[in-house]
Parts: sequence; C-alpha cells; structure tokens
Amino acid sequence: MHRPQAQAAAPTPGLQLERALTLLQHCGHPTPDGRPGSPEWLQSLIDSLVDLSSRDPLTGLANRRSFELALAREIDRVARVGESALLLAVDIDHFKRINDTYGHAAGDQVIRAISAALAETVRPMDLVARVGGEEFAILLPNCPPAFGPHVAQRLRQRVSRTVVRTDEGPVLTATVSVGGAFAPQWVRSNARLWMERADRQLYRAKAEGRDRVCLEPSVEPSVSAEEKGLLFGTSQFQDLE
Amino acid sequence: MSDATFPSSVGSAAAPAPVPRGARITAITSGKGGVGKTFLAANLAAALARRGERVLVLDADLGLANLDVVLNLYSRLTLHDVFTGRTPLEDAILPAPGGFSVLLAGSGLIEYSRMTPEVRDKLLDVVARVRPRFDRVLLDTGAGISDVVLFTVSLADEVLVIATPEPTSLADAYATVKVLASTQAARPMKLLVNQIQRSGEGRAVRAQLQQVVDRFVNSTVAAPVKLELVGEVPQDTAVREAVQRRQLLLDTIPGCAAALGVAAAAGKL
Repeated sequence: MHRPQAQAAAPTPGLQLERALTLLQHCGHPTPDGRPGSPEWLQSLIDSLVDLSSRDPLTGLANRRSFELALAREIDRVARVGESALLLAVDIDHFKRINDTYGHAAGDQVIRAISAALAETVRPMDLVARVGGEEFAILLPNCPPAFGPHVAQRLRQRVSRTVVRTDEGPVLTATVSVGGAFAPQWVRSNARLWMERADRQLYRAKAEGRDRVCLEPSVEPSVSAEEKGLLFGTSQFQDLE
Repeated sequence: MSDATFPSSVGSAAAPAPVPRGARITAITSGKGGVGKTFLAANLAAALARRGERVLVLDADLGLANLDVVLNLYSRLTLHDVFTGRTPLEDAILPAPGGFSVLLAGSGLIEYSRMTPEVRDKLLDVVARVRPRFDRVLLDTGAGISDVVLFTVSLADEVLVIATPEPTSLADAYATVKVLASTQAARPMKLLVNQIQRSGEGRAVRAQLQQVVDRFVNSTVAAPVKLELVGEVPQDTAVREAVQRRQLLLDTIPGCAAALGVAAAAGKL
C-alpha cells in the first residue's frame, strides 16, 4: 500500500504536497520521517520547509528573514532582563571587484569561505546570518560592552587570514569591514532601529578605509569641553532668534 | 508629515514601549535637580486639568520622591504599596488639590531606585494600567540620567525637558537630550525654560541648546532632534511663596507672571 518513495505520492487527501516534496528533495533534505500522511510525517515535512525558508541556500547560514525574527526576540529579552547584546554588521570589502575579476563562481566561493570563518569564530549561542549579497549580520547575546571590540576584531582578523582556493585556480583573500551597536538595555527598541545603528557604524568603517571595526561609541552623559564651549561660548543669554 | 521630521518613527519604531493606548504620556526630565521639575509638573497638571483634561502625575522619582512635599499631600498609600501588592492601584491614585490625580512614590522605594527586571515589570504594569483612565499622564522622573530615569522616559510619547538659563542646567539638559537621542526611539522633544530673568530668554536658551544639538548630536543620529519650546516661566517671588506654603501656584497667586507662563506652556503640551 505504501510505496517506498513516499515523496512521489500525495498520501494526504486534499493536500497537494508534490511541489513541497520535490523542493525538499532538490535541496537535499532527507525525506520526512514516519508513515506518509501521518501527523508525524506532516510535522517532519513542515519542519523541513521551515528550515529551508530560514536558511541562505549558498552558505547554509540563517537568512535575513530568520535573522530579523531572532533580532526582535533578542530586543525583547534585552529590554526585559537588561542584559547586554551586540549586533555586528559585516560587509566584504571590494566584493564587486572579486566578482568582476574572477567571476561569480569565485565570488560565491569567497562568500562561502567567509561565512564559514565567521561561523567558526563566534560562540554557539551567537547567530550569524547572510542578510544580503556580501553582507552578513551577527547577533551576540550576553556580550558585555568591554568584550565587543575584541570579538569584532577577532572576526575581522579571522576573515583576513582566510585563504580561498577557487576552482578556477586563483587563490584569493578578502577582508571585511565591521560595524556594531549594542542594544539599549531596559529600553524596548526595535530590530530595524538596531540594524540601522550597526549599519551606520559599518558605513563609518568603510569610509575610514575598510578592513576595520567601528562600534558605536557608548553615549557619554558627560558634556565635552568642546560641547560646553559652544553651549556657553557665544552670546549665551542674548536673543538669538 | 511627521515622518519627515522623525524618519525612524515610521512603523513600529515610534512605539517606545508595549503600553496600551489611552492617555498621552509626557515624561518630564531635566538632568539637573533643583530646576523646578516637580513644581512645574504639579502646576502643569493643574493647568491641563483646567483645560478639561483628566490628568495623572506619576511620581517616578523612585529614589527621592518629593511630589508629596510640593502638593502638601501625604498619604500612606503609595507606588511602593502598589509595587509590593499591599494596595490595589485604584486606592493609591489620589485626588490632588489642583483637580488632577497623583500616584505618589513614597519614601520606601529606595530599593527600587536601581533598575532590575522587577522594577521594569512593575513600572510597565502601573503605566499600562493607568493609561486607559486618563487623557494625560505626566511622569515626573528623578534628577540625573540613571537607568530608571531613562527607562521611565522610554515609556512616554513625548519628552518635556526642563532647564533654567544657568550653565549647569543647560549642560545637564543637553546631556539628557544627547543620551535620549542616541539611545531611544525618536519622539517629540519639548523644552520648558524655568526661572528666566527677562522675556525671550527661553527662546535664547532653546536656540543655544539646538545649536549644540545640531552640531554634536544630529550628525550622529538617524532622527535629528528638533527642540520645541513650549514656554518660559519667569523667576517670580510668587513661586517661592507658593513653594513655601506648599500650594499650587495656580491656586495661590493665579495672576502672577510665573502662573501665566505655566498656563501658556500647558496649552502647548
């Protein structure tokens, strides 16, 4: 009654599962566990689809969709317990040059090698995602401010030491620029704002010459001499408007 | 076109905290202590009440509360009792002389003056529960820029910064604006200048603060801060008199310059 190739059948009346099963098979997912059509089998099928829609196909890292979900959860957690969490935005330097010079296949290999380097360098609890072509984001829960610069530098150095032997022959290296921002503790923010702050630092790292780390400076409630100079300096109590 | 002024407030970014709809929440903060923050909170509340709003002043100065002193209103039922569960929230909301309601912090709250998950949850809960019952909630924060003050401000829909023309007050008001702009969602940021010596000084103070904010803050944040001057309150012997008598200025000497300044500011809040 049950054919051994369960994925070829549509054993659940009313459900059209052929496309889902074909897609999973194409992406190298194992066939769902259990008797075709059983709740266990359907659950396994759904889990595989969820996994597929959460991952970046090229690198196997979390994709933007699942990363944003994780980020929103972490924001809530940070607000609730006041723990320190760091978000890093990572971008491969001059990636277009690699693509244009060595071709897209080599570019893909560089992306894969850097993905692996990033994933190997962080703790198991951290989440590395590919959020764009040559852009990555890394969420580091429970990361005290004092550790932030070290973690970010370690990631940058690890990438710069990575050697990519392309299928076509050339041996490539690449660097990354890293921007980072800590989530505001206690205060509920949102994922987009947090990403924007990390991105802003990434732009700064790019503008300052690439292959470097820029973390958002912690906000000093103190007022610098320069700020005071402007605040009190000129015609302080004269009507300026 | 408020999105043009506060780009990051598009969508959910504007919502600073998971608080249900209801009253407009205004956090009153100053950085520096002793600039008349609590006195102004009480008198602004009275002025807003006269305009027909249902107003609650929540004394969020958990460490060194003194709204009770300003109002000459002493109660055994305080926020502390609500926090510990000894008193239902309804019982701790008291009518104040000016026709508004208050939730006093009480003196037993020193243990809550540092931020913990417990303080966070309790404050969130209280604010969420009072919000549907009023048109306006004024959060009278403590002095300084502590975790508790920053968290309290994060619950508000708008921020009212109180400053005086004194350099120390200006510096602390500026530091407050800077920290809020860099760490919290963009919201309307209003300014009330207290203890001015002559008319127009409030505008000068705003211009001075805005100039430094433009130079050092707005270049680094996604949503530029534009301080909105809601008014200026002149230095007035009547204020000292009202404080000494522990009465509301608007009740004691309603026609004085300071009372008129407060009433005008309430109209712009």
